[in-house]
Amino acid sequence: MSGHTETAHHGPAKGWTRWILTTNHKDIGTLYLVFSLIMLFVGGSMAFVIRAELFQPGLQLVVPEFFNQMTTMHGLIMVFGAVMPAFVGLANWQVPLMIGAPDMALPRLNNWSFWILPFAFAMLLSTLLMAGGAPDFGWTFYAPLSTTYAPPSVTFFIFAIHMMGISSIMGAINIIVTIFNMRAPGMKMMDLPLFVWTWLITAFLLIAVMPVLAAVVTMMLMDVHFGTSFFNAAGGGDPVLFQHVFWFFAHPEVYIMVLPAFGVISQIVPAFSRKPLFGYHSMVYATMAIAVMSFIVWAHHMFTVGMPLTGELFFMYTTMLIAVPTGVKVFNWVSTMFRGSMSFETPMLFSIAFIVLFTIGGLSGLMLAIAPADFQYHDTYFVVAHFHYVLVPGSVFGIIAGVYYWLPKWCGKMYDEKLGQIHFWLSFIGVNLTFFPMHFVGLAGMPRRIPDYALQFADFNMLTSLGAFLFGTTQLLFVYILIKTIRSGKPAAQLPWDGAKGLEWSVPSPAPYHTFSTPPVVSDK
Amino acid sequence: MRQLLHPICTALVLTPGTSVALEFNMPVGVTETSQSIYGLHMTIFYICLVIAIVVFGVMFWSIFHHRKSKGAKASQFHGNVLIEIVWTIIPFFILVGMAIPATTTLVDMYDTSESDIDIQVTGHQWKWHYKYIGEDLGFFSILATSKEEIENRKKKNPNYLLEVDNPLVVPINKKIRFLFTSNDVIHAWWVPDLAIKKDAVPGFINESWTRIDKPGTYRGQCAELCGMHHAFMPIEVKAVSETDYTAWLAEQKAVKQAEAASTELVWSQEQLMTAGAVVYEKNCAACHQADGSGIPQAFPALNGSPIVQGPTTEHMAIVINGRLEKGMPAFGEQLSAVDIAAVITYERNSWDNKTGDMVTPAEVQAFIDKQ
Repeated sequence: MSGHTETAHHGPAKGWTRWILTTNHKDIGTLYLVFSLIMLFVGGSMAFVIRAELFQPGLQLVVPEFFNQMTTMHGLIMVFGAVMPAFVGLANWQVPLMIGAPDMALPRLNNWSFWILPFAFAMLLSTLLMAGGAPDFGWTFYAPLSTTYAPPSVTFFIFAIHMMGISSIMGAINIIVTIFNMRAPGMKMMDLPLFVWTWLITAFLLIAVMPVLAAVVTMMLMDVHFGTSFFNAAGGGDPVLFQHVFWFFAHPEVYIMVLPAFGVISQIVPAFSRKPLFGYHSMVYATMAIAVMSFIVWAHHMFTVGMPLTGELFFMYTTMLIAVPTGVKVFNWVSTMFRGSMSFETPMLFSIAFIVLFTIGGLSGLMLAIAPADFQYHDTYFVVAHFHYVLVPGSVFGIIAGVYYWLPKWCGKMYDEKLGQIHFWLSFIGVNLTFFPMHFVGLAGMPRRIPDYALQFADFNMLTSLGAFLFGTTQLLFVYILIKTIRSGKPAAQLPWDGAKGLEWSVPSPAPYHTFSTPPVVSDK
Repeated sequence: MRQLLHPICTALVLTPGTSVALEFNMPVGVTETSQSIYGLHMTIFYICLVIAIVVFGVMFWSIFHHRKSKGAKASQFHGNVLIEIVWTIIPFFILVGMAIPATTTLVDMYDTSESDIDIQVTGHQWKWHYKYIGEDLGFFSILATSKEEIENRKKKNPNYLLEVDNPLVVPINKKIRFLFTSNDVIHAWWVPDLAIKKDAVPGFINESWTRIDKPGTYRGQCAELCGMHHAFMPIEVKAVSETDYTAWLAEQKAVKQAEAASTELVWSQEQLMTAGAVVYEKNCAACHQADGSGIPQAFPALNGSPIVQGPTTEHMAIVINGRLEKGMPAFGEQLSAVDIAAVITYERNSWDNKTGDMVTPAEVQAFIDKQ
């Protein structure tokens, strides 16, 4: 690159076109994170509608068909619009910084994979305004409710899903290529920070299963418009085939949404325990084991579809086995804290809450794995409680912890610790108030996805709704804290956390627009 | 406010027997299967509780003692092969311990030996159909809760949303086999007290069995999202003694014969209009709405519809044969000739539709016979 040395010192382009044309990993990381924050509020406002309707028995605010559109869109937007892009945003910012690379390996692809998303979600959200309404068949869109009986907007839903899938696959390719080819000299695979490892494994999962999602929505498209009968028994197809293909995608998808959070927690817990991560190697192998096993457990979502006994037993046993590597991870985090020298700044608080509440979600997952008991749990609020425990205080707390942890590096300013702690405690109380009572109503017999319910569920539903309003409004405080930090936070040191280790802390705060133009050398340990 | 404080107080004091008893847990149920599932559920729950106490105990002990503010110095250990092997193997054996009773219960549930009674359960949007195989008896079971209660214009009764017009009646102490299927989308038939939850899949048949120990009424709901009125298709099972069951069967057959005979009767338009209003409310209003306005792009309006105001044969054809590709069921298979005649007459003379004509049960029967 002789003759261009000074470009390395250029800052970002001026004006708004910077954000459209950028190929800089930090800019794109920011775009992803801001996008996912917006989507968090879009999806959250739909949860608000759901919880307001469920505040009391009876139909008060919305009609059932709109309620179904809300549950469907809430799920789709939170999964594909909030959680997944947030992790890609974290990866964009952190993977190059943590492996000593100047940027992502494929910067133009990176730009494209982000800019597909706003269009995909604009299309998905526009279905709310269409005649016949938005998709109303649940985020799992089981056929034939999503084919023969779907509203006309299903076609737009299918196209939006295709676009999101393309975006995810390109993002995943980029991350894999970056990690394989652009590590600092001397950095071996087993030197990679755990966040990078978990993302590498997640990226492989994405490449493996996103095409499966594309396949299943394409089969739907064929059934809806071109007269095929993949999911129509009258034409020789099978509605249950849909569920097999869908869950073959969607179970690994669940791990896609949580493995990077494992990585974030594995960075933060050692930093605030001032002690190296316990069992680095077993963490890496456990993550790989979880990823591989995610492909052979899918039918535990379908224990009631009418499987032969051997099928039930196989999927029950494999699902139970996943508890082993997951347990290893939890034990490793606890051992990392053990005999450390802990302090409890906001990132650490969110991480500890992650470990406790994710474990609760994991244990209820183990209960759900028991096939005969699942006949009682399946499709009830017990399941809703379970997956919200692993996704909200799981994935979302992981993301928030990561944002607080790396924010000083990103913007060179320190957030207000007191406000951060308030944000944590309100979120912690809100999240438990929202999701813990769901276990009770689920066990007592309340099915999921209903806009109105029998009277014995009323008290807990009211409690849940109050918790949801608290949790939702608390996240406005998060936005305030972010804005306040960026505008008027105190300058952050290059190493704001005394226990933090890693290459990202070897660059100044804020991280310059271009970092590691000359690769750092990682010495052999 | 009382309603608001109630859950909090109850959760704190855990007093049983307050005005509305709070349900925290799975019902024990009234079958051997449901009891063994309950036992399994509690066993696994206690194991999980112990695991959680041990893991979180160690964690919070560290959090309390090994904090920087207390002057804790961090040790630098970062691995121990032995302990890592131990905590991989111990959970494995705990899991094996869980899998054994789970497998036993599951094998029991898959017992396919001969049953005493076979009932075919068919899911429809949004009602259940029960057919007693070998008894020439079948009927629909539809939500009985009034619209006024759902729309908060009337006080809700204790069985709100869990009550139907025609409950499924079964004898106790008999092995009952259920055969599940669906007429449209996937539904799931779930009665917690029987511990049966099985998907009703269009084009396929699933089976499940039960043997109920105690007489009583057991309530449940559809558990698989099946569209707009998914929350409004409950299940009510009445378990009675064998003699009561036999008497009930005979009574039902007599009712059915009387219904068949009524096709031959001469009906006046007023009679048909009155009967039609009831049929319409139960079978048509969910989609086409009580005022016949429909839902744009999803369900066509009947008020002012050219088909409703046009020739009666076309109107009959759609009601009887449906429009399956658009989600309109074929009511010829679901309703009696009297009900079809009544509802068609009702639709043709309600709202702004003032055709003034009527369709008789005999005409409907003739139309069906001609096909």
